[in-house]
Amino acid sequence: METQTGSPILTASGLKKTFTLSRKQRALEKTDSPVKVAVDQLSFTANRGEIFGLLGPNGAGKTTTLRMIATLIRPDEGDVTVDGVSVVKDPSAVRGKIGFLTSELKLEDFFTPDYLFDFFADLHGMDPAAALARKKALFARFGIDRFAEVKVANLSTGMKQKVSLVISVAHEPDIIIFDEPTNGLDVLTAKVVTDYLEELRAEGKTVILSTHIFSLVEKLCDRVGIIIDGRMAVCDTLDAVRDGLSLEDWFFELYRETVGEEA
Amino acid sequence: MANADKTRKSNIWTIMRKELKRFFGDRRMVMTMVLPGILIFVLYSLMGSVMTESFIGDADTVSTIYAENLPESVAVVLRAGGLPLAPVEKPDDPNAAVQNQELDLYAVFPEDFDAAVAAYTPASGAPAPEVKLYYNTASASSSNAFGIMAGLLDSYESAMANKFDVNRTADTYDLATAEDTTGMLLSMLMPMLLISLLFSGCMAVAPESIAGEKERGTLATLLVTPLRRSELAIGKIGALSIVAMCSGLCSFLGVMLSLPKLMGSEVTGMDTGIYGVPEYVSLLVVILSTILVIVSLISVLSALANSVKEASGMVAPLMVVVMLLSLTSSFLPELPGNVAFLIPLYNSVCCISGIFALDVAPVQILLTAVVNLVLTGVLVFVLTRMFNSEKIMFKK
Repeated sequence: METQTGSPILTASGLKKTFTLSRKQRALEKTDSPVKVAVDQLSFTANRGEIFGLLGPNGAGKTTTLRMIATLIRPDEGDVTVDGVSVVKDPSAVRGKIGFLTSELKLEDFFTPDYLFDFFADLHGMDPAAALARKKALFARFGIDRFAEVKVANLSTGMKQKVSLVISVAHEPDIIIFDEPTNGLDVLTAKVVTDYLEELRAEGKTVILSTHIFSLVEKLCDRVGIIIDGRMAVCDTLDAVRDGLSLEDWFFELYRETVGEEA
Repeated sequence: MANADKTRKSNIWTIMRKELKRFFGDRRMVMTMVLPGILIFVLYSLMGSVMTESFIGDADTVSTIYAENLPESVAVVLRAGGLPLAPVEKPDDPNAAVQNQELDLYAVFPEDFDAAVAAYTPASGAPAPEVKLYYNTASASSSNAFGIMAGLLDSYESAMANKFDVNRTADTYDLATAEDTTGMLLSMLMPMLLISLLFSGCMAVAPESIAGEKERGTLATLLVTPLRRSELAIGKIGALSIVAMCSGLCSFLGVMLSLPKLMGSEVTGMDTGIYGVPEYVSLLVVILSTILVIVSLISVLSALANSVKEASGMVAPLMVVVMLLSLTSSFLPELPGNVAFLIPLYNSVCCISGIFALDVAPVQILLTAVVNLVLTGVLVFVLTRMFNSEKIMFKK
């Protein structure tokens, strides 16, 4: 297949996801409606070799969107095609094409990074020799080699995140989805992660990055989609979106226009 | 397609290996698996030897008995009955001596006991000559001496008015064979013991592996790989069954090795050697298929739960039902018809009972295995659907 940089690799069209609210949740959300629309008619396209940022406040629907792309949940309406494969029709094939890193997905404390890498490489059907070479390279790149035989339970938060990152890209996916990848990390580890995202882009991989940190988007993203209340408010290149303003100022302006209140 | 099959098998095997490593690589987990078996062995053996000892009594114990006015005729009977009376000086206050446990028994015979007994006729209406035995239940040796003395005096009394005997000549009157006795005892005991051991073996691993992984967020990590949900379900149930089987086997060995001691084989004539290869093979088939059913049931309930704690709560009612079913074997006069073997778990109880009573047809074992395997298949399907359901996997 032609893998020309800049051609669309992921297309979300008309995504909709609603959740049923329990009585308790309804009271918490101060609503009488039995359902909550988390994502509403959301469409966007990510191109090969770019970092696409999904920006939005907490609860805007970023994580729900990423979970639909990662096939953990099914859209009520709409579809996402990942490298030509539909998440609705062939979720298993999509899972082979993506890497997904989120704080919700944990590694078992009992095992070592070495064992877990082999285990996940195995599940992705990797050739053992190729998996070994990749493990060596990635472990050296992130300094995991010294901790390869230490149980995950005994690793520091930063090292755990690095191991999770390495395992999420073990199978060399073309599309890597990162949900708030620098949350809870110290500045040093956060830099290791952001540097790696740029490396991935340089390798021609596509990165979908969800965050609420403006500076991260400004620093890394080629294009950005801004989600407010489950809808895609704007989706364009970073420069076109902010139009000379700082992203933060521009976002507050947009939020006021969209929601009609002070952020 | 062949390649897909190969991946499928290898994914199942990858999941199984991970689960087995998780359980067998953890010393604490291995201890929880092996410990019940060892504890059962030690506990049952100890209980058995204590019970046997108290039943048979200690032959070397010589009771200190003081008998007042003991006639020679009775002394002969007592000596013959294994209760030799060592010459004991009369204490100043014999009752106080029994109370202080210095003396085991204080017996008072009427003066001229022989003559009084010979002269007595029940028809006269007068009270019979009376022998008084003072003893102390707080002392084991005193109770023992009282029991033997009272027993011997009773048989002496019966011997005097002997009209006929029952089973006097040396012969074997209890025509039950060792097989019958052992079979009867074990067929009543084993279903409950085995089923509860198997259940606790499954309980120790299944909620931890499914609800635990869900609770810790490690199951979701598996769900974003190309692994099929059915492979995950089969791999988990397969590995958990192996672990539960090992745990069950340890407990089973503990029971089988200690049971002859517990039941007092010297007294009951119990002999577990009556079972051969066919019985053990049948037992293995039944145990394996039962474990599959129990593990699958607990796995499905665990997948519904959000935490190990919640899973344990959900499994509790199932445990009560299974325990009640396993008790039914004690009340069964004989094995039910083949239709009963279509009821999962109850069929296991009947099979185990039947195998130990040497009274089960191969078709019944086969029926049980098939029914259990079919049910496991259905439950694997249900678990697969549950792994696929975002409502179940990601509900908060």
